Amino acid sequence: MLAANGPNSFIWWDWVDRHRGQIKDASLEHLRLTLIAVVIGFVISGVLAVVALRFRWTYGPITWITGVLYTIPSLALFVLLVPLTGFTTLTGEIGLVSYTLLILIRNIVAGVDGVPASVKEAADGMGYTPARRFVAVDLRLATPAIIAGLRIATVTTIGLVTVTGLIGLGGYGSLIDDGLKRTFSTPIVVGAGLSVAMAIVLDLGLVLLERALTPWARRRVAT
Amino acid sequence: MGAVQDFTTYITTASHWWGERGILHRSLEHMRLSAASVFAAGAIAIPPALALGHGKRGGFLAQSIVNIGRAVPSFAILALLFPLALSYGFGLGFWPTFGALVFLAIPPMFTNTYVGVRGVDPSIVEASRGMGMGPAQVLFRVETPIARPLILTGVRIAAVQVVATATLGAFVGFNGLGSYIDEGFRQQDDGKLLTGAIGVAVLAFLTELVFSLVVRRATPWLAPSRVPDVVPPEQVEVLTP
Repeated sequence: MLAANGPNSFIWWDWVDRHRGQIKDASLEHLRLTLIAVVIGFVISGVLAVVALRFRWTYGPITWITGVLYTIPSLALFVLLVPLTGFTTLTGEIGLVSYTLLILIRNIVAGVDGVPASVKEAADGMGYTPARRFVAVDLRLATPAIIAGLRIATVTTIGLVTVTGLIGLGGYGSLIDDGLKRTFSTPIVVGAGLSVAMAIVLDLGLVLLERALTPWARRRVAT
Repeated sequence: MGAVQDFTTYITTASHWWGERGILHRSLEHMRLSAASVFAAGAIAIPPALALGHGKRGGFLAQSIVNIGRAVPSFAILALLFPLALSYGFGLGFWPTFGALVFLAIPPMFTNTYVGVRGVDPSIVEASRGMGMGPAQVLFRVETPIARPLILTGVRIAAVQVVATATLGAFVGFNGLGSYIDEGFRQQDDGKLLTGAIGVAVLAFLTELVFSLVVRRATPWLAPSRVPDVVPPEQVEVLTP
């Protein structure tokens, strides 16, 4: 049954061929939902991380609250928001963004904390103002940790976007949902496969971004 | 808020608590499936992780398991297992959900166990050998207890994720708390939707709470703040070169 290429096979290539448009739309929508969530999540996390670094006592409460958000099952969170915001992109994005926060904040704070004190002192000695030192020294040296956080957040979000298909949003989740409703495996295989492919591609993109942003790491390897 | 009222009306109606479709039965089914999945995944993941961590080998494997586990969405696995389970006679509901949950639960348990055992201070291992312990004794009497907080954290992360994801089983016919969400969507019934969502959220938090207490009890020598933290991903970054 797996080998046959018809409506009952695991993947029916003819269906894929006839639904290219739908698959392309789902891909673009999946990418859009993911990018919106990661970008907004990154901005909010950046602000909260700066607050946590500047006022140390806030780090506990911030990670506690974002930890609670992280623990709420994704479908439950989407469903809880439906009475307030309906079956909209906004509902999906509120949920998706809230899952990125804990990951990103922790990595930003850990990254900045990991900058050696001697480096900070040297920067102070060279006359950097605290704000300039933070941007030009601390954040730059924290880049690998921050990008590690972005990689985790991005890949996790791509997986969670499949669940938003259940609240009627587009993306690969809508293909999977369609396949489930009709007990037809082809759209499920296509949605799952492309979602994994998207995760791998974006993850790789972030690895390349990290390499571009941290030339000193390569130089050290070279010597 | 109409939805909140629908919810309170729904859960304060006694008949909604009993029977095959009742809150009690569905909660118990949800917990039963979650427990079975975590046990099965633990049996698969922990022994090889202990062995590899002890030999300090297989770092690449551990990293790959985590990456794959993170990239493959559990909803997709569940959906993929559904037609397979049907055509191989495993039926609806329990088995496809079980399969997806086992897959989901393996990476955090494997990695945390591996990282925990591999990370034991080599001088301690050497001292144990010097005292005449064999490899098995070193592993079970020294390395495993020292790694216990991390191992249990892995189990906790897995359990919380499993409880959360078992919800999705409703869409392949599993009669757990997610069924309220499935029915709520179909019948446009906010009361049912909120019953499912809040029920699952409560169960996830209870799981988290119970495991925090277990970790604390199992590692009395650690101050509370030193008990390893909630979130899965960071643990894993330890492995990246």
